[in-house]
Amino acid sequence: MSKALAFINDKRVRDVFYQAALLIGLAALLVYFIRNASQNMVQAGIASGFDFLWRTSGIEVPFVLTNYTQSDNILSLFWAGVANTLLVTAIALVLATALGFLIGIARLSSIWLVQAIAGAYVEFVRNIPLLFFVLFWYFGVIAALPAPRASLSVFGVAFLNNRGLTIPLPDAGANFKYAFIAIAISCLLHWLFLRWAKRRKEQTGQDAPVLRVGLVLLLLVPVLALAWATLATRWDIPVLRGFNYRGGFVVIPEFVALLAALVTYTAGFIAEIVRGGIQSVPHGQIEASSALGLRPGQTLRLVTIPQALRVMTPPMTNQYLNVLKNSSFGAAIAYPDVVSLFMGSALNNTGQAIEIIAMTLAVYLVIGLAVSAFMNWYNARIALVTR
Amino acid sequence: MSAANTLPTSWRERLFGTPTVTVVTLLLAALLAWIAVPIIRWALIDATWSGQTRNDCTGSGACWVFIKARFGQFMYGFYPVDERWRPNLAGILFALSGAAIILAPKRLKLSLGLAALVILPPLGIWLLAGGFGLRAIETREWGGLMLTVFLSIYASLIAIPLGILLALGRQSELKVIKLISVLFIEFWRGVPIIAVIFLASLLLPLIMPSGIGVDRLARAVIGLGFCIAAYMAEAVRGGLQALPKGQREAGTALGLSYWKATWFIILPQALRISLPAITNEFIALVKNTTLVLVVSILDLLGIAQASLADPNWVGMNMEAYVFSGALYWLICFALSRWSKSLETKRGR
Repeated sequence: MSKALAFINDKRVRDVFYQAALLIGLAALLVYFIRNASQNMVQAGIASGFDFLWRTSGIEVPFVLTNYTQSDNILSLFWAGVANTLLVTAIALVLATALGFLIGIARLSSIWLVQAIAGAYVEFVRNIPLLFFVLFWYFGVIAALPAPRASLSVFGVAFLNNRGLTIPLPDAGANFKYAFIAIAISCLLHWLFLRWAKRRKEQTGQDAPVLRVGLVLLLLVPVLALAWATLATRWDIPVLRGFNYRGGFVVIPEFVALLAALVTYTAGFIAEIVRGGIQSVPHGQIEASSALGLRPGQTLRLVTIPQALRVMTPPMTNQYLNVLKNSSFGAAIAYPDVVSLFMGSALNNTGQAIEIIAMTLAVYLVIGLAVSAFMNWYNARIALVTR
Repeated sequence: MSAANTLPTSWRERLFGTPTVTVVTLLLAALLAWIAVPIIRWALIDATWSGQTRNDCTGSGACWVFIKARFGQFMYGFYPVDERWRPNLAGILFALSGAAIILAPKRLKLSLGLAALVILPPLGIWLLAGGFGLRAIETREWGGLMLTVFLSIYASLIAIPLGILLALGRQSELKVIKLISVLFIEFWRGVPIIAVIFLASLLLPLIMPSGIGVDRLARAVIGLGFCIAAYMAEAVRGGLQALPKGQREAGTALGLSYWKATWFIILPQALRISLPAITNEFIALVKNTTLVLVVSILDLLGIAQASLADPNWVGMNMEAYVFSGALYWLICFALSRWSKSLETKRGR
């Protein structure tokens, strides 16, 4: 080979060449797709751009948290959908975590039957599609509930029937606002107290009554504040009039079914994470801690849980993001989340596929990136410091 | 609360070891009986097993006559009855070649596997869709369990090779290739699969030149394939990261090119390590095939859902759900057990 061509055997030249070729190939493909799309859109008479967002939507939504009404524009419809997605995600997260921890700890129980039942639940739930649960809860369970006249009553204030769950609504929210302010202040006080206690412990070695103060500030104060707010507020309690309940707030059956499905399904996965986390703490750690004279409670709080949490955090984050993404399964039963409202109804009305798909996916990507960024920061903070 | 939760070995100790254990066991057993007895009565004792129509179901239990009457639909959807030997044959061919690859001597495995990979997928599509001498059957008529299996296999035919490439790209030293792989993986992992299926069914016809239609089912397969590829890539990455760096360096020192080192040294080891993870992603794929329901493709769950609307069989919700749910559970449970046995085999 002549010297002039020797450079093609240089690894650096080849690397640049391959990457440039890939980039150009992808760009060409993209241009080809965009050209086809714009031609097809011109043929179908679809305008592009985001002007459609300010058109009147005219879509009726059965369940809104924002002030959206039919005469608002499509952008408000989008936000109404986002709010519904976030609502079902947030509630499902809390309930699934609670149920998942319960089942995960039950799998480690020293009582055989408890262990077996928890294990059976996990094996059952993890091997069935989530969509099955969504449809089952909606068409199998909620549809089979009695009509409003024969509702299942929950302490005489909330009523469950085949039209959803009717819950009481406070007439005014002022008392709850004060209660939440009180809770926030008490959390802040607790944080300050912990800092003070830690500093004193480092300086003088004296213990502060952390547990007792924590119980008062984090449990007693919130419970009292909420109890006061509940009693001091006048409630609009639903009453049966004719064929349906009047008053209160109706949680639509789609919400109840989607929530039940998300919670029962996700709990099975969280249970496995919890079990794995606790089992990952070596037994020697617990023995060492009792050899140092720590009581079982202290061992759990200071040795087992911090180490288990470190193992559990990354998969838990994944599960939480899965719940957010899985809340879109509501589209199958027409729960008005962002996918079914915006990617479904709004897209049908306007035909602006590309813009609407981009906006919908952006919701999930933005939330996902934000959560990942936060968790990376948190993971770095709690990571084991090794020398 | 400790890692070593060893249970007593004898059953008497396990169930009634101490007074507390006895009380909890008895309470839970009572609760279980209270829940399970009505279910067993409904599903087995009071159920109707024989008959032809809705009117034969007079008891208070389940009406399994409904499943019997619709069994063909649950398996094949609306695939013409005379042609159902074709999906059967395709299934048998896939199963036989799978068994042949597993049983074949080691040195033949790779060539057999590659041959199957080249021959089987087009053959399967020909058998199912027809043409070239067979009666053409539109994808609209496909359905049921057959479609679930079809979607799972063909989506993973896209997802596994693409996933391996993406995982290699993510490990690559070439900055641009790494960036493209990371962006692709994080994008598809960040969006809900249901949205991806909507997206595929709306965008694919739009970005093709006018006149070229993309079959409805093909759109779903492509959408699922791309999305699962991103998850597969993460499963393969685990295997790649588990390999010591020296492996590739040794390959390079022996004068192997990147692709030769990857093919002969890296992938055989990395894929063996990540096989359980890949199987788990495959289980997730089987479960996610149900989402094609939103673009009105009727897989097993879709057929069960559609059968509820039959005016001749009103009120069969529970029967349809229990039957389809049990099938999904059996498939996924068998796969997950297989994946677990792979893991323990490797652990030894």
